[in-house]
Amino acid sequence: MTSAPLRLVVVGHVDHGKSTLIGRLLHELGALPTGKADELRAVSERRGVAIEWSFALDAFQAERDQAVTIDTTRVWLRLPERDIVVIDAPGHREFLANMVSGAAEAEAALLVVDASEGMQEQTRRHAYLLRLLGLEQIAVVVNKLDLVDFSEPRYRELEGAARHFLAELGLTPRLVLPISARHGDNLALASANMPWYQGPTLMEALRAFEVRPSREDLPLRLPIQDVYRQDDRRVLVGRIESGRLGVGDTLLFSPSNKLARIKSLEAWNAPPPARAVAGQSVGITLDRPLFVERGEIASHQESAPRLSNVLHATLFWLASTPLTAGQRLRLEIATADAAITVESIERVIDTDSLGPGPVDAVQRDQVAEVVLRSRALLALDEHGHLPRTGRFVLRANGETVAGGLASLRDHPDQRHAVGLAPENLTPVDHKVTRASRSERFGHRGGILWLTGLSGAGKSTLAMAVEQHLFRRGYAVYVLDGDNVRSGLNANLGFSPEDRVENIRRVGEVAALFADAGFLCITAFISPYRTDRARARQAGGDAFHEIYIRADLETCERRDPKGLYRRARAGEIAEFTGISAPYEPPESPELVIDTTREPIEACVEQILRHIATSFAITSRM
Amino acid sequence: MDRLDELEAQSIFILREAVNRLQPIGMLWSIGKDSNTLLWLARKAFFGRVPFPVILLDTGNEFPEVYAFRDRIIREWGLTYIDAPCPGAEETDPSLPPKARAAARKTLGLKRIIAERGFRGMILGIRRDEQAIRSKERIFSPRDATGGWNFRHQPPEFWDRFNAEPPPGGHVRVHPLLGWTEIDVWRYVEREGMPVVPLYFARDGRRFRSLGEKDITFPVASNAATIAEIILELEASREPERAGRAMDHESEDAFERLRAQGYM
Repeated sequence: MTSAPLRLVVVGHVDHGKSTLIGRLLHELGALPTGKADELRAVSERRGVAIEWSFALDAFQAERDQAVTIDTTRVWLRLPERDIVVIDAPGHREFLANMVSGAAEAEAALLVVDASEGMQEQTRRHAYLLRLLGLEQIAVVVNKLDLVDFSEPRYRELEGAARHFLAELGLTPRLVLPISARHGDNLALASANMPWYQGPTLMEALRAFEVRPSREDLPLRLPIQDVYRQDDRRVLVGRIESGRLGVGDTLLFSPSNKLARIKSLEAWNAPPPARAVAGQSVGITLDRPLFVERGEIASHQESAPRLSNVLHATLFWLASTPLTAGQRLRLEIATADAAITVESIERVIDTDSLGPGPVDAVQRDQVAEVVLRSRALLALDEHGHLPRTGRFVLRANGETVAGGLASLRDHPDQRHAVGLAPENLTPVDHKVTRASRSERFGHRGGILWLTGLSGAGKSTLAMAVEQHLFRRGYAVYVLDGDNVRSGLNANLGFSPEDRVENIRRVGEVAALFADAGFLCITAFISPYRTDRARARQAGGDAFHEIYIRADLETCERRDPKGLYRRARAGEIAEFTGISAPYEPPESPELVIDTTREPIEACVEQILRHIATSFAITSRM
Repeated sequence: MDRLDELEAQSIFILREAVNRLQPIGMLWSIGKDSNTLLWLARKAFFGRVPFPVILLDTGNEFPEVYAFRDRIIREWGLTYIDAPCPGAEETDPSLPPKARAAARKTLGLKRIIAERGFRGMILGIRRDEQAIRSKERIFSPRDATGGWNFRHQPPEFWDRFNAEPPPGGHVRVHPLLGWTEIDVWRYVEREGMPVVPLYFARDGRRFRSLGEKDITFPVASNAATIAEIILELEASREPERAGRAMDHESEDAFERLRAQGYM
């Protein structure tokens, strides 16, 4: 059997003759099944049109009626030297998705240009996408020369325009050649109609394309697909995306950063192999019981993938709803699946004009450069270096909304943050550092200690802020009288001693939340400076005191729980502000005046303070 | 790696994705060469044990050789087998041509078994090169609650990041053999020493190239009596594989309509 087939994508503007070209190539190669050419003639006659070679491909009834290709089609061409899989990418502008899925697998491209119409919008868009997808083997075929009387000047003009345009994109075509697909000129045989063209035929050009170099020589990447139990052993399965491995190799698993040796390669109905290479689907067992799951990538230690929770990417946006900053999506890269937030949109390229567009939103069929942030660390590679572990899809509501190519420029490897320096082979459960928690959550842990009179708005603000932060992906939790008194402090009453103990416990619990990486918002009157000072001591740097200021009159007028009324009536002893003092903070981190500012503005101020003090900046 | 190695590795990758991400899942087993190959690949992927039930859409109209082969393989390979009876032709879409109606019985049987067992995934052995309409398929192909295939709005699928999310009330068809050609299958059968139903081998100058039910499938002229001879014959032939499948040829769009309604 011959070596791998060349995957060739045919692109170009609608009606420039892509499908006709492929249909005619099949005919030239004698590859149409018996009767197909006759069937085409019959169908074309029945419809009252000249023989239409594209009908060999456009099998759908609907397509024949519309006379356009509506999805990618794959066709096998058997040349004497090699097989070619032709991917017919559709020309209609709304079919970027099919274009990306068709061209993404290709190793070479034919760009079809109509000699009478010249380069059109689609021609340019497709060429641009080819470059984004990293395709460099491109031949331009100027088609339908029969419609311009096989004119050499017209061809030269178009050849020049095509070369110029491609050069602007940084592409150099391997070849530009004049053809007439319908009549077979310069496909298999040199055309008698164009004696002025001395170059190779299309078939010769196809033979000269190269199949991509071997992935085996690149660094090892084995994304784990699943873990099977075989008797009492755990078999890790997956497909090697690049590189090679063998029994005895030490593997580093990312992002968990664990090490183990390959004990065996598994096989069914065959002797167990000692080695395996890129492209193979393998099963391996390890020399120690390691908890590794789907989504981890195995590599060798010296050439591990990057660990990062921030990535720059080029996105092909395919959904009908626009992409905006702050949006939350699922990202799938190799076998990993992670929740991400679109942190920013840096650049939008309109694939029609190829000019820059506004960056507030990415519309369908636009290409954008974006910054994505994931909570969990992702193991990934630079797309240009290792495409298979450097490209991903984004999904929303179960639908594929984008394809993306990762770029790791400017983002340092965060492997150090995981905690284990993999220097020897002693497996150690990694120590979770404060830094790694921050990287996971995208913010530092902290305590927002809201203090103020009853009715000043502490609980209202705490709940509103919590809701906003949660939506933005923060790990956040509010401690207030309700959830603390009902459990943790259920044994405490309202005596002065119990009130002190109540605040002490809240301070300690808040400190634990902060240590766990959470933003903990507390909403207690906490009237005494000494109590708050103790809480600050427990929380350290993470403790931010926020004074929720409102004058007594306002609070009494609001009286949300009717407490002031009862205190005035003498039903509540030692009520802060009425019968007990409130000691305002001396140097709070933030003062919020709820008497003068509406609630929304107050929430906004607190959120800004949090973003400044606790969020990790987007640039690392 | 040669071509067969690559195809095998890709199919195993797809099968493992399907089993990881779509549960419960089953596999349609027509007992022909393609679904046998699929079963063989599953044994490789899961180290000997097929981790899902195999389902025959049974019209009662298969060739006796097919039923005999089925019984033997279930026993020898330790398969979990589901016999899914198909409703009569009178229950199928009356606007379809007659042979297509016979084929549409399987569509109904398939819908029924999916609903009955709550399958979210169904593995099938179809190939792109069999039929022009199948060449448009996705590897993970969503079907809505009616089982219908919306070929105009197929989801994008690229870089082997398959979307395993069934539409509400629907399921996902998984096609691990989509990239194989007929001759690949025979070369693989030969290489692996897999058993096949003897009807594929020529007797009295005729053999079955594609196996369907006995009243709508016809043998082609052939003297190929061994796998090696079948491969040689295919290398020389320009006859389409499904030439002997009557339902494909009754009208220009018969097969497209069958598929849009949920046929395999």
